[in-house]
Amino acid sequence: MAAGNTTVTREGYVPRLSFRQTVGTGFLALCMAGTMVGIVFLVVLLTDVWRDGVGFLRWEFLQNFPSRFPERAGFQSALWGSLWLIGTTALLAFPIGVGAAIYLEEYAPKNFVTRAIQVNISNLAGVPSIVFGLLGLQIFVRGTIGIGPSVGGGFGRSIIAGGATMALLILPIVIVAAQESIKAVPPSLREASYGVGATRWQTVWHHVLPQAFPGILTGTILALSRAIGETAPLIMIGALTFVAFRPEDLLDPFTVMPIQIYNWVSRPQADFHDLAATGIIVLLVVLLSMNALAVFLRQWTGRRYGR
Amino acid sequence: MKGDSLMHWNRGRGLFSLVSLVAAVALLAAACGGDDDDTTSGTTTTDDRSELSGSVAIDGSSTVFPVTEAVAEEFRSVAPDVRVTVGVSGTGGGFQKFCNGETDISDASRPIKESEIEACAEAGIEYLPLRVGLDGLAVVTHPETDFLECITMDELATLWRPESEGSVTSWNQVRASWPDTDITLFGPDTDSGTFDFFTEEVNGEGGASRADYTNSTDDNVLVTGIAGTEAASGYFGYAYYVENSDKLKVVGVDDGEGCVIPSDETVSGGSYPLSRPLYIYVNTAALVEKPQVREFVRFFLSDAAIALVADVGYTPIAVDELSESRAALEAAIAGGG
Repeated sequence: MAAGNTTVTREGYVPRLSFRQTVGTGFLALCMAGTMVGIVFLVVLLTDVWRDGVGFLRWEFLQNFPSRFPERAGFQSALWGSLWLIGTTALLAFPIGVGAAIYLEEYAPKNFVTRAIQVNISNLAGVPSIVFGLLGLQIFVRGTIGIGPSVGGGFGRSIIAGGATMALLILPIVIVAAQESIKAVPPSLREASYGVGATRWQTVWHHVLPQAFPGILTGTILALSRAIGETAPLIMIGALTFVAFRPEDLLDPFTVMPIQIYNWVSRPQADFHDLAATGIIVLLVVLLSMNALAVFLRQWTGRRYGR
Repeated sequence: MKGDSLMHWNRGRGLFSLVSLVAAVALLAAACGGDDDDTTSGTTTTDDRSELSGSVAIDGSSTVFPVTEAVAEEFRSVAPDVRVTVGVSGTGGGFQKFCNGETDISDASRPIKESEIEACAEAGIEYLPLRVGLDGLAVVTHPETDFLECITMDELATLWRPESEGSVTSWNQVRASWPDTDITLFGPDTDSGTFDFFTEEVNGEGGASRADYTNSTDDNVLVTGIAGTEAASGYFGYAYYVENSDKLKVVGVDDGEGCVIPSDETVSGGSYPLSRPLYIYVNTAALVEKPQVREFVRFFLSDAAIALVADVGYTPIAVDELSESRAALEAAIAGGG
């Protein structure tokens, strides 16, 4: 402690303790203000939406189909359309995204080509969603690849076309999230596995993936949460506004929650604006449930694999 | 040689199956044709409609959307198994899909354009335009703008033409007797059919407008803007004025025959100068081949369904025009079959 004493009493050193503490407090206040800005606006927005939308928040709202009478209009086709779409997107994006991440992290040689692919994946994450809409319209709806059942070899304006477009949209996010989780698995684990004679496949399947799984899952669900709020690419590929039936298979036409909300907001009658707020509440509930599921799965799988 | 004879044999077999296929299709078509005649000649009751299935794909103008939505909603109660879907790609986007054979019916808030006619012709799509209603464009102002009661078409042109950009900034430049108050303008954005129609009618050229005004795709934003700015003016669909008549003042329009305030009577009677037709364009082939499309369009032109046009805030077409449209529809159905 003698060394500490000499530093403090060294000639020319002015402690200015209160000044430094004031700066510290000021910094804390600035950080808190930064947090509060977001929270205050969120609270204002949520209160506003709740006040407008609570009036129409009834069981019938989830059971009815769109109508020209606000009191009879409902969200059923939009809610089911969104759920079908998200399910399809997840089924397509998850295996492809995780597969790509495993390849890039575990198998790909660290050379120029791999780095180029990596940079492009990161860039794709920043491409405006409408561009994916254009791509989806040409490839999946009108059928450039020519494997679909509709005229011209596309899938028409169907759930599968929408789901495939959305899967492309979120793939970069899924790949990057999965890569980060795989990267976080300590190399010692792999070395131990190789050390007892396991093959690469066995190492990846039995040791790396289970460890990385919670992170991969969280990343995927957060990416899907982004997809559920997207409107622009779906309007581009021709998701519809008035749909008075629940989709029954992947080739059915569909609508989604954000499109229905947008349609109600742009109506002249004030009642439809309130109806849009009710729709926003339902959309938020679905979104928060998905995020809660992500947290839960993370905890659950984490515990299971001893994390 | 062996290969040759095999090829001949194959070709013969191919020809045979082609011929039998054509025969089968012809038979089937004949059978269906006979079926069609039955339904068209007999009076169509709701019982027939309840047995219909399949889909009716509609897309196009967001202005016409509420009408089509209302009709589709009512159609569901008479034909519950028919899946009617309505999109809002805009008039232009709708025609693009329509001429690509992707939709059966296209909603339009303007007649089909030359380029779209060509696209349809190229794809071999034949269609029947049907006028279903009229939409007045309301010129509105802030409720406390007392001097603005009535405006002539020429004055509207002075206010909105491209040359006025930056130069016509005060109301006394539009009419000398009006006060020297700053002009604030609100209007739809350039993608809107409302914008196309207004600029065509007022400035004589579709798309020609001054650009120094606040624009928005959402008409409710325009309502809020004009209601909150003194001496502001703007234009949008009459239905938006009706819903907000407590916040806005409507301005009469004078096309040389006195001042006309938009209302259901003046819009349908044609005396209000700024009213535009709303159309549905029906694919004639779909009309003939798909019974559900045929019945949907017939239902659209029924008295009950046309009344829905008024329910959603537009003006229905006059009775004599409606019967003309019905005749044209039946002629198209019979002509194709």
